[in-house]
Amino acid sequence: MITFRLDERSGVPTYLQLIEQVRSAVRYGMLRPGDQLPTARDVVAQLAINPNTVLKAYRELERGGVVKSFPGRGTFVTDEAPRPVARAVHEPLRRALRRWIADARRAGLDRDAIADLLGLGLRDAFEEEIA
Amino acid sequence: MSLAFEAIDVTKKFGRVRALDACTFSVPAGRIVGLVGPNGAGKTTLLHIAIGLNAPTAGRVEVFGTSAAEDVLTVLSRVGFVAQERPLYRGFTVGETLELGRRLNARWDAAYARRWVENAGIALEQRVETLSGGERAQVALSLALGKRPALLLLDEPLGGLDPLARRALLQELMSASTESEATVILTSHEIAAIERTCDYLVILGRGRVELAGDIEAVVGAHLSITAPPRYEDLIKSRATIVDAQRAERQISALVRVSGDVQWPTGNGLEVRPANLEELVLAYLRRARAERTAK
Repeated sequence: MITFRLDERSGVPTYLQLIEQVRSAVRYGMLRPGDQLPTARDVVAQLAINPNTVLKAYRELERGGVVKSFPGRGTFVTDEAPRPVARAVHEPLRRALRRWIADARRAGLDRDAIADLLGLGLRDAFEEEIA
Repeated sequence: MSLAFEAIDVTKKFGRVRALDACTFSVPAGRIVGLVGPNGAGKTTLLHIAIGLNAPTAGRVEVFGTSAAEDVLTVLSRVGFVAQERPLYRGFTVGETLELGRRLNARWDAAYARRWVENAGIALEQRVETLSGGERAQVALSLALGKRPALLLLDEPLGGLDPLARRALLQELMSASTESEATVILTSHEIAAIERTCDYLVILGRGRVELAGDIEAVVGAHLSITAPPRYEDLIKSRATIVDAQRAERQISALVRVSGDVQWPTGNGLEVRPANLEELVLAYLRRARAERTAK
């Protein structure tokens, strides 16, 4: 089971934050096919958010084939959900990233500056691909 | 769709002051509504008229099709109201407070009211005067929930609460509204809290409705634009400016658009989706400017 958290300052709509957290949990194997998502009622009670927001996020995830809702039973990750990235693949990358972040901090960059730099790097990499 | 709340051309004058000025909007049943506006905008007056604590000078407010001016008992049987001051008897225990709720209300779900109090970790034996502000707010809300209202009216429910108490109150409110499917109208200055909890927005500026509608649709219809001043005509040709701040080298505007509008890129023109806070501020600034101009 995953626990949602919200970043109010991110400017990202709440339902999109929920969707992204489920996708990320599936991508990195924290949620596997057959696993249950928290009930809408639990998410509402935990985060103090509008119930329709949770329902909307779950509906979108269902439309994307990541989860399926069974009335009265709950919402579960489907067998068709994207395969998780293998540990052997993401763990070394994560370690490398941690080293890179440590370097950036040593160079005097704060969290915002590091996030900016990551964003710029991503943009450079992916926009080059499109162009 | 049935309407939970309808203000029809409501005007309220206190002496020469117009607290409400031809105020018209409606709220579909099942919505959680954020009613925002500066102090003195008429929010409290409007809620008071809805439950018959005040009579309008003109117009009417209907709750599920009934106006308090005509049948106050029917309205009160459907409405749970928590006033800004959250009035409770200080000398009563929490249990006695709920007992009072039972005796004062024709319809009363004692187990339900008690459950919300207990969920909040408040003991029935505790005296109201020994409770923290946050606990009092939760008792006041539980008292309103005990009626099993179809419509909850909450006047500044977050006022004076610290962040933890705020969260606890909103948790109770959201859980209760999920369970009961009650319509909720709350007034607040806390835009972040409204963004989290509400799906419908009403902006009241000095007695007039500036904007009312589904929050997602409303936000989706607005953009935030910054550009060099020479772009102002271009902006006006594609959108309606709600509010603009003009500096020597830059105009920053909150605009309303209909449908998908294409914007030229580059040259300092930046267009991005509006967020709720800047949208509310823009409408309130506009309302103030119009008032000053009068």
